[in-house]
Amino acid sequence: MELTKEEEQMFVGEKGEGTQKAMEIVVALGKIYNAEKLVMVNSAQVSGVSYKNLGDAGIEFLEEWAKKGGKISVKTTLNPAGMDLENWRKLGFKEEFARKQLRVIDAFKKMGISPICSCTPYLIGYLPKFGEHIAWGESSAVAFANSVIGARTNREGGPSALAAAICGRTACYGFHLNENRKADFVFNVNCEVKDFSDFGALGNMIGKTVKNKVPYITGIKETTQDNLKVLGASMAASGAVALFHIDKITPEAVMKNMINDSAEKITLESLEEGYNSLNSNVNEIDLVSIGCPHASIDEIKKIAELVKGKKIKTELWVTTSKYTSERAKDYVRTIEQSGGKVVNDTCLVVAPVEDFGFKNLATNSGKTAFYAPSYSKLNVRFGSLEKCINAAITGRWE
Amino acid sequence: MKIEGRIIKYGKVEGEALVSSEPIGFLGGVDPETGVVIEKGHPLEGKNIKGKVLVFSTGKGSTVGSYVLYRMKKNSVAPLAIINEECEPITAVGAIISNMPCVDKIKINVFKTGDKVRIEGEKIFLNE
Repeated sequence: MELTKEEEQMFVGEKGEGTQKAMEIVVALGKIYNAEKLVMVNSAQVSGVSYKNLGDAGIEFLEEWAKKGGKISVKTTLNPAGMDLENWRKLGFKEEFARKQLRVIDAFKKMGISPICSCTPYLIGYLPKFGEHIAWGESSAVAFANSVIGARTNREGGPSALAAAICGRTACYGFHLNENRKADFVFNVNCEVKDFSDFGALGNMIGKTVKNKVPYITGIKETTQDNLKVLGASMAASGAVALFHIDKITPEAVMKNMINDSAEKITLESLEEGYNSLNSNVNEIDLVSIGCPHASIDEIKKIAELVKGKKIKTELWVTTSKYTSERAKDYVRTIEQSGGKVVNDTCLVVAPVEDFGFKNLATNSGKTAFYAPSYSKLNVRFGSLEKCINAAITGRWE
Repeated sequence: MKIEGRIIKYGKVEGEALVSSEPIGFLGGVDPETGVVIEKGHPLEGKNIKGKVLVFSTGKGSTVGSYVLYRMKKNSVAPLAIINEECEPITAVGAIISNMPCVDKIKINVFKTGDKVRIEGEKIFLNE
């Protein structure tokens, strides 16, 4: 692999031990994936932030890297942490977990990273440009950045995104290269895909089929940014999709032919399979979770309209970034007045939900519904926002 | 016998080989406090990888496995070095952050558990 003079200096340790470690990781991954060179990145998004995922080994590793002088060189955000970084006590997070989580955040701060913990950096002022090379870790953000924006990133692991943040480069392979961005599957969707949860169900079905390959979707007439957000999240959860195209909608598909000649063609007549695989048969609900990926202002507004003047019976968690909730204060107040909670910096997938004693969850997210049974040992009901809020008010899934 | 591979993490060490006929996943597969393989039904189940030149085809499982290797190093129960046929990101990152020599692109069927192995960068000396 070709390294520039500056990269060589980083690699041999002339720019400090923290940078050397980062460059060693980037170069090793480049070797494994047969990259010919490195590419400069304009931003990084680091996954592996929740103590639930990192464990003590992860904390020790991050603290040592910070101590060795690892400092970021490009704008960097963090994935959701395991709790609301400010209101954890009020929300009932355990002291011991919180202490460990705050150590993780401190290590990142020492490296120069602001503790902006969100899976949707593109909604909170970190919007890459078309064609820009980035190194992002969160799988749903990777799918959104590649597909909806046309930026370029692989699915970076926690340490590799951090390494890229420190040396400002990542190995140039995979989705950084034109030749790997064409679709291997074409899905002709022959049914109505309208609701947020419809897009989650569709994503679940496509992800299972294509695994880590690129799907091209036809038959979607209109959509929204939030719907595209959950489509990617859901595909990245049930499969390992990093890039998708939608005919006449996503930028690369609009600009040129993005389908490989050898692409397999599949027709989908219904979303039933997706809905079925994400639903259990429980009827009593004790937790309703909205905001996976992190809720936008528009979603928070919709929730506020649905709960206004009503009383929430179950727990209702709306997970979002601090940035977004601060810009939706009036809606947040309405949700809180009804008994719901707006929780910042975290989400159901990475929070230690098992500590709260919940059993049966309702969600409109195809990603949460996919992970909650295994990660959080919850029975899940998955459907539209209206159905979820109704369950929050009545305590029953109807 | 001298074999040449590809450096994932540079280092010079000498030790005894422990060969796995199956891929290894570190998270949940190896106890980071003791170095004992705990994956049910794994060919190395019950064996300790501490201080060995661990020879296996490739890694598998959760990406958190990189941190498990690091934790083992901190607990002084890590392997001495790793030899792979095809190294993947979990093992590679784990070896780098733990300063553990790692070489891949090696046909591992020439190794037997108990062999004397010396690693010098990309060069591997077997029973010499």
